[in-house]
Parts: sequence; structure tokens; C-alpha cells
Amino acid sequence: MTPVFHPFGDRALSVSFGEGVDAATNDAVIELAAALETRPFVGMEEVVPTYRSLLVIFDPLLIGGAEVEAQVAARLSATTGRLGTRRRWHVPVCYGGAAALDLDDLCAEKKLSREDLIALHSGAEYRVYMIGFAPGFAYLGGLPERLHTPRLQKPRQLVPAGAIGIGGQQASVNSVAGPSGWRFIGQTPLKAFDPAREEPFLFAAGDLIRFTPVTAQDYETLSRRLAAGESVVAPEIVAPEERG
Amino acid sequence: MTLEILSAGPLVSVQDRGRRGLRRFGVSAAGPMDAPAHALANALCGNPQDTAVLEFAGLGGQFRSDRPLRFAVTGGDCDISVDGTPLSPDESHRLEAGQVLKIGMLRDAVWGYLAVSGGIDTPLVMGARSTHLRFGLGGLCGRTLKAGDRLPLGEESGADVVLRPATPLLRPRFADPIRILLGPQDGHFAPHVLERLTREDFTITAQRDRMASILDGPDMPAERGHDIVSDGTVPGAIQVPGSGRPMVLMAECQTTGGYPKIATVISADLSRLAQMPTGTRLRFTVVERAAAEAAARAQAADLAAVLKGLVAKQAVTLTSEFLLSCDLVGGIHDPESIAPEIAQRGET
Repeated sequence: MTPVFHPFGDRALSVSFGEGVDAATNDAVIELAAALETRPFVGMEEVVPTYRSLLVIFDPLLIGGAEVEAQVAARLSATTGRLGTRRRWHVPVCYGGAAALDLDDLCAEKKLSREDLIALHSGAEYRVYMIGFAPGFAYLGGLPERLHTPRLQKPRQLVPAGAIGIGGQQASVNSVAGPSGWRFIGQTPLKAFDPAREEPFLFAAGDLIRFTPVTAQDYETLSRRLAAGESVVAPEIVAPEERG
Repeated sequence: MTLEILSAGPLVSVQDRGRRGLRRFGVSAAGPMDAPAHALANALCGNPQDTAVLEFAGLGGQFRSDRPLRFAVTGGDCDISVDGTPLSPDESHRLEAGQVLKIGMLRDAVWGYLAVSGGIDTPLVMGARSTHLRFGLGGLCGRTLKAGDRLPLGEESGADVVLRPATPLLRPRFADPIRILLGPQDGHFAPHVLERLTREDFTITAQRDRMASILDGPDMPAERGHDIVSDGTVPGAIQVPGSGRPMVLMAECQTTGGYPKIATVISADLSRLAQMPTGTRLRFTVVERAAAEAAARAQAADLAAVLKGLVAKQAVTLTSEFLLSCDLVGGIHDPESIAPEIAQRGET
């Protein structure tokens, strides 16, 4: 996959791997981000992986855009094409409850029982295409087609953190409370964003996610353990050939 | 040791240079809208460059400290006083414990900075003190300041001298065009629409904040549509949503966005754009990348020269010898012509 360089002002370069939303394109973005973070060039400030392009931010007082392109091209030619390991999170979800604002409507719309809808949603493997919109907000690909649902015309004013959402072809885990037009079917006690935590962000672009149904009682127990400062989940480290 | 807010303008927030390295997690840097003015304010107070100061939009406010300190106000021209005594912006002054510092309305700018020696010492949140208003992070509880707030002050590190620039600062020239690089999604626009970007005037509207500034001007429809697969954004990016009205992203912008970015304001011109009063008409001009990089270096060199050239202000001691040496009534040479009775009394 030969990417195209788009200069983005004098402090950034956009490295575009295509126009579509697909796992292979996103993999190429993630691999380049990893290569640059492992061996940053002098003047590199940060990289932002997105669906199909990598944003590379640098200090123009230390390096010019043409040299940044050369540095990125060198990293690209050095990548083997072999994918690195990924983290896989098992995210406990209580389907239903106060945050499941749309669960019954979606069941009716899709002519699915609650059990079938939950089985569909929790049976799939998702990938974090990118983090954006809000701190720690993960845009997830991999939502089964039967669950694709347009966003609301009029966004709700306040949806809680942890709410499990569906927006078009994508899934999400709400990272902060706020307005949203997505449709919501449950809630996780995990905090995708907690500024007071040593690692404030749970998810990163490239991570894999599976949702595990839990009862309301389990949800409460997990919430209490989290509030007491316990860590209740750790990601699995997954080799490329073990991906779902 | 605290700085007390007695009254505050509508948008006063704690800002250091901002958070680094968190865009990939959805958190933009925040930090000052006018980075050079922020740097000058700190330098005038002898602070390291990453010290937190107060940024205000338009109106400053009234402040009181419980310890003596040095302070400086930068960003633009405005009325400043300490216990009623008027003082100048862009130089440092002393504020004794209990005195009231009053900062009025910026006249020729939008974003002002109040730095104090030692800085504002609110807790670090993810590596910075900057307030990210949209997400309620950093600063004082992640919000704008209001009357009654008390901010912890940091330890002073610089020498106890008040400073001013060696030569008066040049004010930004709002009439000069704002330089842009095309892209990254200029290809979404037809050539005749791209031409409008540089051939017609745009106006800074009141729809502006620390996230973005919306411009009025010619309609800018995107031939290939206003929805793209979301990608990364940077301050300076000119996004064009479906309304056809361009919006320039600023310090607190979202880290990703789904609108085509027709062009990007060069880093050397972004603070000037931020400081343009609402209603200012502006022109964009396209430059090459090498010119943008040269402008960034030139701006950094100019700022470094100003900061390096700060000089101690002369302490004036009002002895009678000094006063007699001054021509205190310059231009009046015939006392009798204005006060004959006083002059006559002097003869008897």
C-alpha cells in the first residue's frame, strides 16, 4: 500500500493510505504509527492514527516538511508488512438498565429478541479504528451489519460515560458524559477515560475489543471495585494470526 | 499564597503552553491562543516559558494577591491600574500584598495575558496546567474563572527586577494577508471555488472561541462533498462544513474531524488571526511550504530577540535635586502671563 503525502500546514504531514474504512488500510496506519513511535525522528512531536491516514506533527524549527516526508518514507520501506501484536480488551457490559436508552426500540426495529440482539453485539470482535471526538472515545469497526442503525436526528443532551453505543456502521464506548446522537443499548462500569488514573486512557487505536454480557449485580460489584481503586481488566496480548 | 479573583471577564482561564502528545487519545493541546504574547508575559516576570498564566478574552478583571509579586499584561493595549494608578501593558510592575490590580478591555486585540512572578500553581493534569474548557480539564476545576476564586501561586525563581522590552513592540498588522498552505483536502473543491479563497474577503464573525473561529465570506461548496472519512486536525486547519462557511481551528480544537480541510493557516500567522477583532476583514494568500517554514523561523527569531533584549526599568528616585533638574512646566516661560498675582507676591 503506497501512501500519499499531503502537507498539512508547516507543522504537520498527513500520510494517507486510501479513502475507505477497512481493516487493512487501518492496519497500515497503525503499523506506521508504531514504527515512528519506536524510532521517532528529531523534531517529531506526535502522531495521530485515524481510519485511513496518519497525522504526523513536528516542530518546523527542528525539521522541514520535505525532510519529514523522507523520514516517513524510510520508515515505510523498512516495515516488513508483518503485523505487530495487538491488545484485546474484554469489556463487561450490562445490556439494559438506565443507559440502554434505545435497546427496546432497536429490538423492535430489527425484529430481534433482547437475547438475540445481545448475542449479536457481544459475539463480534471489534477494532479501535481511532480515538477522537472526546478524550478516550474509541470509534469501533466490526459491528454486525444487522445492528447498523442511523444516528438520531436530534442528539440527546446528556448520555452517561460508559454507555455502549451504535452510530451507523460503528460501535462505541462513551468515554465522557455528554450530548450524543448515537443509539445506546447498555453500559460498562469501565472508564475509557479517567484523568486521575496513571494511564488515563484505556483504549488506543489498533486495540481489539469484545463485549462480555454481565448481570446488573455484576455491574454493581465491578463499579464498587473500580471506585475502590482496583483494576478489574487487563488486556490480552494477541499475536496477528490469533485475531478474530 | 494565592491570587484572588475579585471580578473576571467572561472568559478568563489558566493556560500554560498546553498538553503534548495526547492528540492520539482525543485531547488537543489547549494552551494560549497567542503563544508569543504568552511567552512575553512570562519572560517579563522572570518565569520559565511553560509557567501557567491567566488568559482573558476582551475584558480582564480585578485581582489581589496575599504576597508581593511582579506581574505583566500582554496581548494588546488596555487600561491597567494598581490601586487606581495607571500602568502600561507589555512591561512588568510590582503588586504589593493587598493592592488591587484592575485590567480593563483590550482595545486592539482579543486575547490578553496576565502573568505573575512564580506563576499560577494549579495542579498538573496529564502533564499540564492548561484549562481545556470543552472537556473540563486542568486549570481551576476545568472551567473559566469567576469572582471569589483563589489560585495558588508558585515559587518565584527569577531576579526581583521589573522589565520592559528594549524597543517598543510592533503591534500585529491586521491588514496584511493571512498566509495559508493549500490542503490537505483542497482537492475536494473545484478550481473556481479555490480561487475565491484568495480573491475575496472573509470576515471574522462573533462565532469564535478557543476551539474555532467561523468566517463569513463567499460560499465555499465542496464539489466532492463536505463529509470525509474523519482524519486528524491541527490548529490553523480551515475546515469547510456543509454550510459552506469556513472555520479556522484553534488551540482547543477537536483532534479529528469529518469535514474537508481546504487549507491551513501557517503557524507564524495563527496568533495574528486569533487576535483580529470581530468584524475584521481579511484576505488569504497561498504560500509554499518553504516560505511557511521560513516564516516560522523568522517569528521564533523575532520573539527570541525581544525576550533576550528585555531590560530592567529605571528606578526613579524623586529627590529635590532630580525634580529641580526637570523642566516640569515645559513650554511655559512667562509666569506673569498666566498668574501675575503669584509672580507679584513672589517679589514682595
